[in-house]
Amino acid sequence: MNQHLLSMHDVSAEDVIRILDTAESFREVGTRVIKKVPALRGRTVVNLFYENSTRTRISFELAAKRLSADVINFSSGGSSVSKGESLKDTALTLQAMGADAIVIRHSSSGSPFQLTKWVRGHVLNAGDGTHEHPTQALLDLYTMRERLGRLEGLRVAIVGDVLHSRVARSLSFGLVKMGADVTLVGPATLIPADAPQWGVHVSHDVDEVLSKLDVCYLLRVQTERQRLEYFPSVREYARLFGLNRSRVSLLPEGSLIMHPGPMNRGVEIDSDVADLPQSVIEDQVTNGIAVRMALLYLLLGGRQGEAAAEVTDG
Amino acid sequence: MSKILGPDDVRRALARIAHEIVERERTGGLVLVGIADRGDHLALRLAGEIAKIEGVEVPVGILDITFYRDDIGLSAEAPEVHETKIPFDIAGRTVVLVDDVLFTGRTIRAAMDALTDLGRARRIRLAVLVDRGHRELPIRADFVGKNVPTQLSDDVRVLVTEVDGEDGAVVEEGTTGSALKETPAVAGQEAPAVAGQEAPAVAGQEAPALAGQEAPAVAGQEEGA
Amino acid sequence: MASPELLFRGARVVDPRAGFDEVADVLVKDGVVADVGRGLGGASAEVVGCDGLVLAPGLVDLHTHLREPGFEQKETVETGTRAAAAGGFTAVAPMANTDPVADDASVIAEVRAAAERAGLADVFPVGAITKGLEGEVLAEIGEMVAAGVRVFSDDGRCVPTARTLRNALTYALAFDEAVIAEHCEDASLSSGQQMHEGISSFSLGLAGQPAAAEDAIVFRDIEMARLTGGRLHVCHLSSARSVELVRRAKSDGLRVSAEVTPHHLVFIDEDLRTYDTNRKVNPPFRAASDREALRQGLADGTIDVIATDHAPHAVEEKEAEFDRAPPGTIGLETALAVALTELVAPGILTLPRALETLSCTPAGILGARDHGGPIEAGRPANLVLFDPDERWIVEPPFASRSRNSAFLGRELLGRVRFTVLHGELTVSEGKATR
Repeated sequence: MNQHLLSMHDVSAEDVIRILDTAESFREVGTRVIKKVPALRGRTVVNLFYENSTRTRISFELAAKRLSADVINFSSGGSSVSKGESLKDTALTLQAMGADAIVIRHSSSGSPFQLTKWVRGHVLNAGDGTHEHPTQALLDLYTMRERLGRLEGLRVAIVGDVLHSRVARSLSFGLVKMGADVTLVGPATLIPADAPQWGVHVSHDVDEVLSKLDVCYLLRVQTERQRLEYFPSVREYARLFGLNRSRVSLLPEGSLIMHPGPMNRGVEIDSDVADLPQSVIEDQVTNGIAVRMALLYLLLGGRQGEAAAEVTDG
Repeated sequence: MSKILGPDDVRRALARIAHEIVERERTGGLVLVGIADRGDHLALRLAGEIAKIEGVEVPVGILDITFYRDDIGLSAEAPEVHETKIPFDIAGRTVVLVDDVLFTGRTIRAAMDALTDLGRARRIRLAVLVDRGHRELPIRADFVGKNVPTQLSDDVRVLVTEVDGEDGAVVEEGTTGSALKETPAVAGQEAPAVAGQEAPAVAGQEAPALAGQEAPAVAGQEEGA
Repeated sequence: MASPELLFRGARVVDPRAGFDEVADVLVKDGVVADVGRGLGGASAEVVGCDGLVLAPGLVDLHTHLREPGFEQKETVETGTRAAAAGGFTAVAPMANTDPVADDASVIAEVRAAAERAGLADVFPVGAITKGLEGEVLAEIGEMVAAGVRVFSDDGRCVPTARTLRNALTYALAFDEAVIAEHCEDASLSSGQQMHEGISSFSLGLAGQPAAAEDAIVFRDIEMARLTGGRLHVCHLSSARSVELVRRAKSDGLRVSAEVTPHHLVFIDEDLRTYDTNRKVNPPFRAASDREALRQGLADGTIDVIATDHAPHAVEEKEAEFDRAPPGTIGLETALAVALTELVAPGILTLPRALETLSCTPAGILGARDHGGPIEAGRPANLVLFDPDERWIVEPPFASRSRNSAFLGRELLGRVRFTVLHGELTVSEGKATR
């Protein structure tokens, strides 16, 4: 595996299988009374969260702690991050503290790449702007594989504001890499025009797509987007693309409903649909810790003391 | 590459170990935990032998010790992980750890740490198919299939039908000379080291328990099923 | 104090305006070229052996940002002209987006005075088109023309309405050599943009601006040139369609000229995949097909000038998150080498043509009569001598105060050895003389 996990392009199909298999073992650890193993004892993992995200941060924090690593949390609203210290200066401080791994979530696409220039430890992207969210994609792949037994050939629709979704990008790249059949669904203004170059299909009609799916993956609709004129109203979105009860009946038996959270109940997904058994939204949360443990283990479990990865010339 | 055990040797060794276990530990409260990724198959075989001898089904678990290794971070890649499945409580039980090859003792040290996190066993015993010497920690096996003197640089592997298609054990000679490492002889327990080779502790000759420290288990006084 | 007598012996003298390309000696005395020929003597001259070197008219940069007044942390007139000299330039045209904006003769005079004090290059300040670059009221164009300004630009910004541009083009007609230079960008299409809109921007999660943001305004501006008969210069072209529009405009006989930067001739949008902020520029690097069209446009004369758009930014500004970093790359010190490496060596341009785009043509547009050649007796000695075969890696220290080069770490071919400004060496043996 690479030194860093910045995007889904950092992992090969073999790496993905390895990550998912390793996550299996960590899921088992989560069923023990002592949910802890000494694998990363003495290592320091820093959570550098510029964007507020309690659930992802806690997931990473638990993952690191269950590996017996020491955890430091830098989150926005606390100390230097909010005082406007530059990313570079924060990075150098963390480097001086001996961080073995830095988990970074930031609103600027590409920040994790820049971080790798200033630190020697491993960098994990916990979500950067509208670029990628690779750990989310991996835990989603884990959930799909666990529920459906395979990834190759799975028919998956990703529905919603793909243009602004880092989850949609990572998941699309990951699914295509594992041989799944991906369709992006949403209003034409919210799906990148060149998306087919990613190896995916595009549709603007969710009803046409639903009956042929193994997984219906819903993206959160950012209601602020409406101001940017991509879409007339929340109401129209819900009418055209929202997963309501009648749409759910179009889904084949045994198919999954997934959502990265947090949900806009009543917009992209109706409340009663979210609570159906075929909705595996809660599993996604549980699996998140196991997958993140696997990633921390695989990244930090190799030889330490590597120099920071060189930013290569294009 | 030379063969140290053939399929019949393995069969006989496992049968003998099963008898020794039954004789010394009894089956009450006994569980077998095989260390992935060949010890688990051996553990299942042992359980089968014990069932033949005593007509008792002894619970078997699989233990992966990767997360407890002391060398995480020393190889280029993180060590490969296997499944752990111990569907029973080990608290108060006699756990017999089963592994294919006993070498430096570090795997067993990790296994004991893992077991300790899973519960408080009454006692832990160790059964191995091959003991090849060169201990780096004060660890010894209670039940041994075969003692094999080896050089430090040799590679010793156990084969099991379930994984390798046949049963057996082989040793592949390593380069001699500079690969050798000084291993401190453990006082009173091992035959003096032959130059370049080390004889492991002789099976079945457990040092007598020191007075006052432990009386042999007496039937009826053991806890658990 | 008389300037030294210099005899440059045995260089390959390339003089596009004179159509001259031969090995010769050039004698420089009292600020002018005294003689060009073979076997020149010069008893009191300091002889400089120029075996293997090329001697050409000093380069002229039609589009540069010296940042003074107002942004001296990025660059000053002194450091900027030193960077220019290091790159073989003897004249530069600094843009008006300083603070205060160069929208009247006083700021122009201030910049000129600073340049004279430094004595490292001749400076031909560009005046703003509109007051404060606000795009509404015309700036004091007449006053600035009287102060010697020829080129007017709101660069950094695009003139927001066709009406204002029309007025500027029309008003400038009264001043024979005045040129309106436009930064063509439709702000409504480009707002929030970080790079070119395409599969790369979608994959990188960065807001993009489509090529149409430039094409639409190039079209608009050419139509205004057609409507008014005015003189239009299109800055830093980046898109294939824009090149085609300029080609069409020229064949229609309109008075349109165009420039391209060295970096747009090299990089494309994919080169941003590591989020290197030194490659964040405006207009952005576009697709491979756009780059191809730009090279072709230079080769066939549709594009007249290579101009650096030298845009220094302080280290801490560029060492930030991609979307927070200001766009721009420095370019004075690498322009010639980039042209040699990426255009002349692969045979896309001949050396004389490359030098024409870097020196003669911009000198003409700028009205910089002392520059661009021809190299002949009596004309001011503004020259560059370079080794076309020397390989070097682009890395600090730079003469520029800033370090934000898109070419950092890259190996280039061609190194300036001497730069001569009005007969005096500003660069000698590759080092600044002051």
